[in-house]
Amino acid sequence: MKPPPFEYHAPPSLEEALTLLREHGDEAKALAGGQSLVPLLNFRLARPRHLIDLNRIPSLDYIREDDGALAVGAMTRQRAVERSPLVRERCPLLAEAMPLVGHFQIRNRGTVGGSLAHADPAAELPAVVTALRGALVARRPGGQRVIPAERFFVAYLTTALEPDELLVEARFPAPPPRSGSAFLEVSRRHGDFALVGVAAVVTLDEGGVLTHAALALTGVGPTPVLAEEAARVLVGDRPTPQAFEAAARKVSEGLRPDADLHASAEYRRHVAGVLARRALARAVEQVGGGAR
Amino acid sequence: MAGLIGASIKRKEDPRLLTGRGRYVADLRLPGMLHAAVLRSPHPHARLRATDASAARALPGVVAVITARDLGPVGRIPVRLGPRPSLEACLQPPLASDRVRYVGEPIAVVVAASRYLAEDALERITVGYEPLQAAVDARLAAEAGAPALHEALGGNVVERLLTQSGDVAGALAAADRRIRERFVVQRHTGVPMETRGLVAAYDAGTRLLTVWGVAKVPHWNRRVLAELLDHPEHLIRVVELEVGGGFGVRGEFYPEDLLVPWAAMRLGRPVQWVEDRREHLMAANHSREQLHDVEIGVRRDGTILALHDRFLADLGAYIRTHGVIVPELTAALLPGPYRIRNYRCEVLCVLTNKTPTGTYRGPGRFEGTFVRERLVDMVAGALGLDPAEVRRRNFIQPEEMPYEVGGAALGQPTVYDCGNYPGAFETALAAIDYKAVREEQAAARRQGRHLGIGLGCVVEKAGLGPWEYARVEVDGSGQVTVYSGAASVGQGLETTLAQICGEELGLPAEAITVIHGDSALVPFGIGAFASRGAMVAGGAVLEASRRLRAKILALAARLLEARGDDLVLDHGRVHVRGAPGRALSLRDLARAAAPGQPLPPGMEPGLSAQHFFEAPRMSYPYGTHAAVVEVDAETGQVALLKYVIAYDVGRAINPAIVAGQFVGGLAQGIGGALYEELVYDADGQLLTTTFMDYLLPTAMETPAGVVAKILEETPTPLHPLGSKGAGEGGSSGAGAAIANAVADALAPFGVVVNALPLSPDRLLRLILNPGSG
Repeated sequence: MKPPPFEYHAPPSLEEALTLLREHGDEAKALAGGQSLVPLLNFRLARPRHLIDLNRIPSLDYIREDDGALAVGAMTRQRAVERSPLVRERCPLLAEAMPLVGHFQIRNRGTVGGSLAHADPAAELPAVVTALRGALVARRPGGQRVIPAERFFVAYLTTALEPDELLVEARFPAPPPRSGSAFLEVSRRHGDFALVGVAAVVTLDEGGVLTHAALALTGVGPTPVLAEEAARVLVGDRPTPQAFEAAARKVSEGLRPDADLHASAEYRRHVAGVLARRALARAVEQVGGGAR
Repeated sequence: MAGLIGASIKRKEDPRLLTGRGRYVADLRLPGMLHAAVLRSPHPHARLRATDASAARALPGVVAVITARDLGPVGRIPVRLGPRPSLEACLQPPLASDRVRYVGEPIAVVVAASRYLAEDALERITVGYEPLQAAVDARLAAEAGAPALHEALGGNVVERLLTQSGDVAGALAAADRRIRERFVVQRHTGVPMETRGLVAAYDAGTRLLTVWGVAKVPHWNRRVLAELLDHPEHLIRVVELEVGGGFGVRGEFYPEDLLVPWAAMRLGRPVQWVEDRREHLMAANHSREQLHDVEIGVRRDGTILALHDRFLADLGAYIRTHGVIVPELTAALLPGPYRIRNYRCEVLCVLTNKTPTGTYRGPGRFEGTFVRERLVDMVAGALGLDPAEVRRRNFIQPEEMPYEVGGAALGQPTVYDCGNYPGAFETALAAIDYKAVREEQAAARRQGRHLGIGLGCVVEKAGLGPWEYARVEVDGSGQVTVYSGAASVGQGLETTLAQICGEELGLPAEAITVIHGDSALVPFGIGAFASRGAMVAGGAVLEASRRLRAKILALAARLLEARGDDLVLDHGRVHVRGAPGRALSLRDLARAAAPGQPLPPGMEPGLSAQHFFEAPRMSYPYGTHAAVVEVDAETGQVALLKYVIAYDVGRAINPAIVAGQFVGGLAQGIGGALYEELVYDADGQLLTTTFMDYLLPTAMETPAGVVAKILEETPTPLHPLGSKGAGEGGSSGAGAAIANAVADALAPFGVVVNALPLSPDRLLRLILNPGSG
């Protein structure tokens, strides 16, 4: 479990990192917190010729409000997000999901950008940014583009980033008033990748009718899965147990998950529905308790 | 020092371990040291054609590539416990030569300037494999016509064992109720925090070969190494260093235990090999995989009349050092704490194309306790009785001790030495507040919550001999050192032995140095397994200390011109009772005992004494586990709410260490109950080779506030202190208690819980489809 040979680069600025990335393209991998990449290297499953270490680029480490969204720099440690009062205030869904990412030792090193760019469909952060209809900011030398979350995650461990592009920021839009959210998951052990997870976001109108609902699921497809049909049946209705039950059925019906060592496809379909129902109820409770 | 035995003093080992000063084998750096990596078979079963290592040898930094051809004719690794002629055909060679039989089997060793380079070289070795059909499922492997692993064996059944007492068929026929069930215990194993590792160095001048990292049974391993290398045993020195967990797995003689010293001798340079986690999960012993078909016959009142078990033990591809003792122990102890006059157990020991197996903490007892205790709960369910009541009606009573069970293991008939099974049971029930939890369960059910209570009664075995060695010395400065032939795998051996010696010599434990695990310093020894440290190693230290004490007092009596029984030995001094001024220090006495000094008639010079403690019979510690769980019936998740272990160790030398053994053992038992499984696919590929796939419970999965009731009700007559081993009882009842609790929680669904681990997927399948057990 030692990596094959690679050339190590530790650029001190974003510009130099982007230049290196352009120079080496497909043969390079960016190293952020290393919580996924380093094991892949040690198992010799990833064999990049060049490793571009981003840990000496301070300008990518920030959490701030920007144009109605919460903007998080790609090299921000997950633990910093977890502890940020600003995140708790402006993006409760993100705050709720963070403690579910690995263990705190992992979150001390793991970064927001690293998790998103790694695009593991079982991970929490991709589902959060998808449920919130957030966006990812990519840079290349002399250029920048903003990619909506639903187009960023392309396939298993695959994003829309080009070989010369670096993810520099994740943007989580602030929810409108009278919104609530919840993140629930089932994992074998504390800190494991979840068998199934659900990020739920709801918005109610003055009369208590659902005007918006979003459910993003982890662990049930090659990317985070938006349960759009389930959301559609909820909007325009009151948030009743019967409505949640109907939405949960839609969630389960719409999924074609794969089986793995830890859970069958049937397990994931069933539990996705259970968690969706519970997460919706909890998200609506958050509206009642806080933002009303 | 009086009162030292029985005191929860802090462990002597911990200051160095907790401050990062412990020295493990991976910490060792010798000048010119090379690093080894092992090429392992990716195939479960294949013939080996030509191996081409030329590209690997050509890589800069690579010093050697060793294949079976380079190794030449070497012996196979012998059985340590319970050798039988029938096993000889299936012993493992250090390197595969013409055939590989499991994924992970060593084929070649690369020695290079770094582990990185060694692993680069592994990728450049080409091996011609001609895949063969693999025997993966023990049931199919046992049948005629299955792919055979060892042609000399003729089939894959390596041994059939039979244990029998009474008339099972007659008693079953007479029973009011008979229950048959199939139980599956999954393949899993001990996973120490520190993987295996070795450093070997050879001094060509003195011909001394030194091997560091030899754990658990260093003296035995030295003998095997001497035979396989054909090198004189006295010219091999083995050194243990710190060991980060053993659990039965670490320290047995494996192929690498020959290959690394062989490479060091051949190359004339020190060689280090540190197993990585992927290697550990595929190469170190697996354990526990058994399939039981059991029938129990009972009276209407729950009295057990007969037990008939037929089980398959999947032993993997080769017979390793443990022979067939795991199935043997399973059969010997399956009856547990109950009076079962009619008992029959037929065992098929089957070889498959999977990693070879050995013991793991509570070998045979984790498995058998799960089977037996689940059956008892099924009896209770079938008869409409409380499971606690069924147990009460069947316990062997204290006045029936010693109690002959009928079977045998490790060459000893199973005779329980002493015990108060009902006493430990009631202690556990009181500690978990059984009645109150039953009421809580009823209330929770009315709210749609699924609480369950599970009991698991255990009879363990401890103190396997045949003997252990100890020497206790006072050096010229008056300091006391204990030399023990036992080994430390992290269980607090140094502290326990220091307490026993200190009690006799009137010294605090911190004043006593304990040396173990170095064959140059301790010439004789057995090791660390079968819960034998406190009993057998402790017995040796106790007797050696008593002899030394007698010598000290005899010498002091002469010098102080006092009677021996007027003397007090305390705090490193001997004084005359009532006259503290008439005193000699241990230093004075050590000097007075030097050669040439006038000594009492017949006394040898030197303040030292030694003892071989012989332990012809094992003791059988026992206890009860009680668990309370809540199952989420929509997701299949299990939450452990409360856990009690009440366990009788006869006499606890250090209760804090004993409690630590219970809780640490429980963590592993929880792993076996809920999380851990070594999974093979249908072709024989091992799928669980990382900690993302092989799920060890962490602190987060171990319930807070485990109640450890250490009982000292029945000191064993087999030991001068009455102590029994404490190392395994924390594990062996956990599968039973947790499975019973889960089954109890899910009773309204009518599910049959008969297989481990109880993963959410398995439980949800049972809940949604109760017939699927």
